[in-house]
Amino acid sequence: MAGTTLSGRLSWRLADVVETVVETPRTKTLVLSVPGWEGHRAGQHVDVRLTAEDGYQAQRSYSIASAPDGERIELTVERLADGEVSPYLADELRARDKLELRGPVGGYFTWEIADGGPLLLIAGGSGIAPLMAMIRHRAATGSSVPTRLLFSSRSWEEIIYRDALARLAATDGALQVTHTLTRSQPSGWDGYRRRIDEAMLVEVAAPPSAHPLTYVCGPTRLVEEVASTLVALGYDPARIKTERFGPTGG
Amino acid sequence: MGNGFVSRAFRGRRRYPELAGRLPPGQYPTPDFPILSAGPTPRTPLDRWDLRVTGETDQPRRWLWEEFLALPRETFTVDIHCVTKWSKFDTEWEGVSLDTLLDGLDDSASYLIAHCDGGYTTNLPLEDVTGGKAWIAFAFDGEPLAAEHGGPARLLIPHLYFWKSAKWVRRLELADDDRPGFWEELGYHNYGDPWLEQRYQGD
Amino acid sequence: MDDADLRLDGNAAAGQLAEFFAFDVTVAEATCDGCGEAAAVGTLAAYGLAMGVILRCPHCDTALIRVSRVGHGQWLDLRGMRVLRVPVAG
Repeated sequence: MAGTTLSGRLSWRLADVVETVVETPRTKTLVLSVPGWEGHRAGQHVDVRLTAEDGYQAQRSYSIASAPDGERIELTVERLADGEVSPYLADELRARDKLELRGPVGGYFTWEIADGGPLLLIAGGSGIAPLMAMIRHRAATGSSVPTRLLFSSRSWEEIIYRDALARLAATDGALQVTHTLTRSQPSGWDGYRRRIDEAMLVEVAAPPSAHPLTYVCGPTRLVEEVASTLVALGYDPARIKTERFGPTGG
Repeated sequence: MGNGFVSRAFRGRRRYPELAGRLPPGQYPTPDFPILSAGPTPRTPLDRWDLRVTGETDQPRRWLWEEFLALPRETFTVDIHCVTKWSKFDTEWEGVSLDTLLDGLDDSASYLIAHCDGGYTTNLPLEDVTGGKAWIAFAFDGEPLAAEHGGPARLLIPHLYFWKSAKWVRRLELADDDRPGFWEELGYHNYGDPWLEQRYQGD
Repeated sequence: MDDADLRLDGNAAAGQLAEFFAFDVTVAEATCDGCGEAAAVGTLAAYGLAMGVILRCPHCDTALIRVSRVGHGQWLDLRGMRVLRVPVAG
């Protein structure tokens, strides 16, 4: 099914679910194959639509978490307790199902190699998804753009892509990953244990004089606090891009 | 919607046949109080707030906050229904009836246009806001109405979809001609009866 | 609930806007008819997403783009936007 109509407008298309991968107790990655996928830029998202037998429809947006890779895209879904769509995607959807989606959309919040760096990536919870696409794209192209990720999660068990990030950082001296765990920490944890604040940003981020390209994604409150703190610290607002996920973070 | 695709095993929200007399068609009950806004929350200080009745009347009215609170007030419990499909039962409010605010004005005007801080508007037939059907509410659940929910005062008209219960209301304009408000201009139903499922124009 | 939770970025409306535009409007620059400031559509303040989307000027709150999803139709109101500058592809 083509992704664009004759008029050029984006239209709904059917993706094949290849597999589902548990990331954390609350999140799952959907690996999809989209026939005719024309590619995407790291940071873009898709709209997903579910249709019930009686015609009832529900729709949500999910960031593409994977780097461009032919017809394959990955979405990471956080199960919201009272959600209408996320429990279906996280618990019911399985390999060989089909999923209706539209995209990629959202060219504003994207990064590709040609945009340069250094990169400052700040994520809260499921806000890591579009930033992970950027990190994976960077790794896939062998780029050495200096990159610092500051990632806020509730606990060690709930860090999405925890092991994948550790592997990437272990072999790439130009990629620095810093976690903060806001609700509970494993014994022996000597890292940050609070919400991202000015002092943490000063310690973790490259200084304003480095002119980083900054991407902030996560719950609205985190994004607003981080963005305004960065501006107050002297970072150029024109080089800060934000993607608010709403109160629930995704 | 046309391509006929159905998501395997997706059921959407469950139905509530046991609530048929109380839950309008297409709605689901929620214990929450979701907030939907078309713009940022206004924060008019109470010492700058007023409520006015203007338009097709020879007796325009104006109340400052203390004057408004001194008017006869009522506590009432109603169900509310949002066009986005949630309904909330037994919501408790305190407010001043539109009957009190419009008392004594000649009733030659046919419509009420509500004007709000932030620029939001909505339109109503005058007969839908009188006869005990509408209030300017300033308290919810025993507490002063929170800004996010329309405080200090909002229009409350529970027999219509909740977008008609305009938040941050400041002026009630009596008009001879109907004038579609913010969402009505964008294709939402001009009247909005939840029991007839009048969500969109043409319904 | 904190007020900050109620708005998203214009980027979140990219899919809805794709119903009207044959190009990615989130990277286009819109000039506000209220104050004359220009901003990328992806950076506008997005409200009301359950009923449509209202995209407002980050400087003066004027609604530049209003979209509603009304049954089987979608409506678009651009009265608050003076000019839209679209980068040419390639």
